[in-house]
This record gives sequence, structure tokens and C-alpha cells, in this order.
Amino acid sequence: MSLPTEVGTINAPSAVFDMRAQRDARTTIFRRPRPAETLIQFFLFFCGVLSIFTTLGILYVLGSEALLFFQSGLVDLGEFLTAPVWQPQAEEFGIMSLVSATLMTTLFAMIVAIPLGLGAAIYLAEYAKDRTRAILKPILEILAGIPTVVYGYFALTFMTPLLRGIFGQDTVSIYNVASAGLVMGIMILPTITSMSEDALSAVPRNLREASYGLSATKLETILKVVLPAGLSGIIAAFIVGISRAVGETMIVALAAGAGPCKLYGDGANCFQPFDAAETMTGHIVRISGGDLSYNSIDYNSLFAIGLTLFLFTLVLNLISRSITNRFREVYQ
Amino acid sequence: MSAMTTPAPENKPYMPDEAAFRRGLAGRHRRGRVWKIFFILSIVMALLSLVALFLNVVNSAAGLIIVEYNVDPADVVPNGDIDAASPEQLAAAIVAYEPNRALVMIRDNLSSVASDQFSTATISQQLGSYTYPESAADKTPRDLTPEERSAILAQNISVDVMKQFIIDEIVGLNVLETYSLYESIFNRAAVEEHFAAEFDQETTRLEFRMWLRPSFLTSGQSSDPVLAGIRTALIGTLWIVAITVLVAFPIGVGAAIYLEEYASLFGNENTLSGKFMKWFNRFIETNVRNLAGVPSIIYGLLGLAIFVRAASDFTSGKFLGVTDSNGRTILSASLTMALLILPVIIINAQEAIRAIQSSIREASYGLGATKWQTIWNQVLPAAMPGILTGTILGMSRAIGETAPLVIVGASTAIFVDPSSPFSSFTALPIQIYQWTARPQAEFRAIAAAAIIVLLVLLLVLNASAIFLRQYFRRKLQA
Repeated sequence: MSLPTEVGTINAPSAVFDMRAQRDARTTIFRRPRPAETLIQFFLFFCGVLSIFTTLGILYVLGSEALLFFQSGLVDLGEFLTAPVWQPQAEEFGIMSLVSATLMTTLFAMIVAIPLGLGAAIYLAEYAKDRTRAILKPILEILAGIPTVVYGYFALTFMTPLLRGIFGQDTVSIYNVASAGLVMGIMILPTITSMSEDALSAVPRNLREASYGLSATKLETILKVVLPAGLSGIIAAFIVGISRAVGETMIVALAAGAGPCKLYGDGANCFQPFDAAETMTGHIVRISGGDLSYNSIDYNSLFAIGLTLFLFTLVLNLISRSITNRFREVYQ
Repeated sequence: MSAMTTPAPENKPYMPDEAAFRRGLAGRHRRGRVWKIFFILSIVMALLSLVALFLNVVNSAAGLIIVEYNVDPADVVPNGDIDAASPEQLAAAIVAYEPNRALVMIRDNLSSVASDQFSTATISQQLGSYTYPESAADKTPRDLTPEERSAILAQNISVDVMKQFIIDEIVGLNVLETYSLYESIFNRAAVEEHFAAEFDQETTRLEFRMWLRPSFLTSGQSSDPVLAGIRTALIGTLWIVAITVLVAFPIGVGAAIYLEEYASLFGNENTLSGKFMKWFNRFIETNVRNLAGVPSIIYGLLGLAIFVRAASDFTSGKFLGVTDSNGRTILSASLTMALLILPVIIINAQEAIRAIQSSIREASYGLGATKWQTIWNQVLPAAMPGILTGTILGMSRAIGETAPLVIVGASTAIFVDPSSPFSSFTALPIQIYQWTARPQAEFRAIAAAAIIVLLVLLLVLNASAIFLRQYFRRKLQA
């Protein structure tokens, strides 16, 4: 009996042949060819590889359009990095003007999110009873699930009037960096809280007990034992928070104002917390929301900004991931 | 662990005496209490922000307004409620107040003859494809009785158009001032005083308006905040989310299955190709996690360059013969969103699959099932609750994300409901963004109303996630 016919007959979709296959010990040695499973395997492999194509797509799109931007003859890399203002109409492309506004909003966000996020995390991990934690954590998740455009609305209609009420209408402009930054801090708070809480909860219990045994108070144990032990996870949380603040768009688009600030020279107005300044993300959204023709310098410039933004967040994410990995190695 | 061992200062004895220890202890406990208050305050601040955010939205979504009328709406339609009026009532109002404009509406919207023949041709010649009363068939437009005119309007002209006409041309509803809910309740006297002193009582009126009302959900876009609604945006959002999930769910789950179930199978680790595959699979994992951290606006730029521009023949539907659109379509937006939420779905699905005990797989293999039969019949059903949770998390993101949609869609005014993946679109978050960006308080008010709809949508979605998880869990246990 030759093998191919044997396999061929067994492959016939009939219950009789299937039963025969079970009885015939010889055929079970050979693996039945299953073209459908191979196809499925290829599809699954394609799904896995698609994420790499996404990354390559992002790099290619940002890189090639940014290259066109620098080849346009209107701007070179030195000017891109040092010019005081970003004004496409005047053919001035100083990315640092946009970056400075991004740094300002991020700074304000961190002023809110780091102390409050860490404080809340310490409360949840060290002080709260299980029942309290079971109530508080889902509430914080609600805060994390609110769309950013809603936070933008909140910044413009709540935080800005609040700041203007406190510091005076003349000091605080309608669109200002501080309001956008502070609300961004509230937005990031749940991320930092939950990541830091995970880091603190992962600190082994015996470290705390050893500290109590040496007659340290609860606070001393937290500040001198638990926090240092969970530090890498906490720092990773901070960096993820910073990365989210840098890439955040709708809050700054609505509340931080339209129009890049001027970094130096006459009328320099960057680093003014109560004045308007456009961030990288804010500028991209404003320009692309209007009439935008392909192959214009405006269109290409968006990708140059996008590339800068992408590099910022990529570096931050890589740092945070390497810290988290090291932290995992210690405690697992 | 250098921080753990705090050596005693050199100028003090290593152990304090009893009295000093007690003195110090009180101070240490006091410090502990002060810090604990700070920790509690942190979480209270977070909760207060959440409360402030919700109250702030609700505060704007209803309140007193001062409106100006040319004609009292109560004279035009019953009870003065234009939103609740039937098509017949709206048509009758138009014919009663503007009989000639009613004819113009018929001419511009319905008539099929050239405009210079409009007054001489009969209704049956002009309105071939529309419905009209039998009695009107042989009459020219000018001879129509008011009843016939309003019947033709009511049967053929859309309610939105008639409402718009009544409000713009007859009633002339014009919002002059808008107050928040707080002012309307606790400061009503001052508002009334202001209204009595500054405004003409004949033509203006102070009334309470719920900006979030049934007609807000059912009317389309409008440049007038009184008429504007979110129907178009809501339909756009539903289209986008549906296609996004349709694309992202199979690919995301597929990638997770590949990474969890197949990745370790390729080759053995001692061969070069085996080593390469191991490195490659780890690279995919790292890459997915990095993609999860890429700002959404970058995905918007990717979608703009790839889907809107480079693949415009596909995303505009040109390859299917659709001619009336460019690449800025629902399909482009959905594909962009699908890429955006893929990492979320993959990471959650991976965790769900990883949590399935290997005994289930081994039992299945032991019964003679193939790899795929095991995955399809055992692993996936058991992992479904976790996979669905991740998918719904991704859907929530797709509903709320604004920046990529603004970049991909960009269109400001969409007056036609999207009807296919190749339609241009607006979406709920885009609408909120555009209304919030307007300086007038009325637009802020309808933005708040739209935010409530968006949040309710997210709430329903998350509630259904919890429900589905329970359902699948129970099914598994049964």
C-alpha cells in the first residue's frame, strides 16, 4: 500500500474513513496535512507582524515628510533648532518655541501630578483599608477614562476662570499655559497613582516588619524603607506621566492658546505661565484642522514637529521600560 | 538598601535615654499624623477634581437664557414648543406666516420644472415623484389653498428644514445671554432684575432652557446653537467605532494568540533560525508596548499620510466606483483608530490568554485535538472575558480620542448623515472640540450637553463590559 493514497483516503471527509483511521495504527504515525491550520498560522503571524509595520509606517511617514521639509530650502536643521519663533507665514521655523510651551505645560502637570499622585498612592497602598481601596480605585479609574477633550473643556471653563479669579483678570490671559498644565496634571494623576501604588504594593512585607521591629513609626517606615525600595517603579510611573503630558493634545489645543511664543529677541514671551503659548501638539491640531494642501510647507512641517514629538516620547518610554524591567527583576 | 540603615549622628549617643526617647516619640508621631493628612488630602483632591469636572459640565448644560423673538413662538405653534411640533403644525405655521415663502420652498426643494415655468405648470407636472393631495393635482402653485400648501410641505420637506425656517425667518429666536445652572437657581433674582432693567419686555423673554433635550440628539449640525444637534456626530462616532472594532478585534486577538501560543514554536533555540525567531518575537512584544506609548496625535499624522493621502483610492471608495469623496472618510478614521487601539487589545488579550492554565491545553491535546482546535475550542472561550474587557477598553478610547480624528477628518461642517464607510464625517469629540473652541456661552452650553452624551455613552459601554465579563464567566462555570 503506497503512502499517498493512504493519506488521501483518510483525508476524505467521511465518518467511516475517520473511524478507519483511528483503527489503523500505521496511519497515526504520519501527521495529517492540515492546510487550514497552516493558513490560520500565517494569518496569526501576519497579525503579530502588523505592529512592526505600524512602527515602520510611523517612522517612514514622519521621516520622509520631515526630509521634504528640510529639503524645501526654507529651513535647515540649525535654524530649526535655534530660531526664536515658529511662524510658517514668515518662514520662520524654530521648533524650540513649540518645545518650550510643551515643557511649560508638562512642568505644571508634574507639579500637580507628582506630589498628589504619589501621596494618593501611598495612602492607597499603606493606609487605606481593603474596603476603602476597593471603592477608591474604581473612582480613580473613572478619572483615567474621561476623554481628554472633556478635560480641555474643564480647563477652559473651570480652571481658567478660577486662575483669573485668584490672580486677577489682567495677569491671567483667557488662554494660558498654567491652566492647561494644571488640568493635564489632574488627567495624569490616576496613571501615576495606580503605577506607583503597584510599585509600593510590590515591596515585600518583611521589609516593613523589620522596620517596625526596629521601632520605626509608620511614616518613617514608608519614607525610609518602602519608598526607596519601590523607587524604580515610582520613577517609571513619573516618566510615563511626563510622556503622556508631552503627547497630550486636546487640553492644550483648547486651553493653552493658538500662536507660538517667541523664545528670545524683542518681545520674547515664552515661559510666561499666565500667557498663551502653542505647544507642538496644539500646533499640529490647529494647522491640520484647517484647509491644508498636500506638498505645502505647512503640511511637511507638521511631520517635522511630529518627528520631534515622537522622539521625545520614544526616549521617555524606553527609559521607563528599562527602569520597570530592572524593578521586575528585583522583586520576582 | 542603604536608605534603611540610618546611622546615629556622631555627636549624640546611639540610644537616647528614656525621657528623650519619649519626647522624640511624640514628635515622630505628630509628624506621622501631619503626613497622613497630606496623603489623605491628595486622594481627596483627586476626588474633588472629578466632582468639579462633572458639576462644571452639568452646570453649563442647562440654565436661564434671555432670548429675542420677532413673533412669540406660542402664537406660531401650540405651547410655543417648536421642537415638539408635528410636521403638519410646522407646515401650517409656515403657510400662515409666510404664504409666499412656502411657495418658494416648494419651488426650490421639490419642483422639477425650470423656475420661469413654476407659476404656470400644474402641481402634477412639477411634483411627479413627491406626494401631494389629489385636489391639488391640476392647480398651479398660486391657486393652491393654504391647506394644500401646508399638506405638500408637511409631506415632503424635512422637519429640520421647516424648524430652521420657522426659527430663522418667523420667530427669529436669538439667544442674547446665557446663564449657568448655578446662577439660574441661586442667583435668579439678580438675573431677573438684570433682565427687567436692560431688556425690552415686548420682544425678549427670560426662559429656562435644557440644552440637553431630545431634539439635541435628533437634529443635525447647525451654525445656530439653538438648533444645533449631534445626530450627525453621533452617527459618525458609531460608524467609526463599529468599523474600528471590526478591524482591530480579529487582528489584535490574532496577534495575541501568535505571541502567546505560537511564538515559542518556531524552530528550536539552538539553530540560527530558532534564535532569530526568538529575538524577533521579543522584538514584536517590545514594539507593541512602545506603540502603546506613542501619542495619539502621531497616529493621526500616520493616518493622514497613509490612509487619507496615499491610499485615497481605497479609502474614498474610488475602487468601488464611489466618486463624491476624497480620502477624508469614515474608513480612514476607523483604520487610524484601529491602529491606535491595537496595542491595548493585544496587551489585554495576551494577559487573558496567559492566565489560562496549561492543564486545559494539555487535556485538549490528550483528547487528540490539534493546536488550533485547542485554541479555538478551549483557550479562546476561557480567555474571552479578559479579551472582551480589553476590547471594550479600546472601544472607549476610540470613542473619546479627538486629535487623530481632527487630523484625519478635518472637515468642519457636515450636513449630511454619513451613510457608508466612504462618507465624510464628524464625530462626537470633534463636535465638542469645535463648540468648546467658540467663545460664545451658548456654544459652551451645547458642548456641555454633548459631553454628557459622550460620558453616558462611555458609561453604557463600560457597564456592558462588566456585564459581558460576568456572563462569560457564568457560562464557563456552567
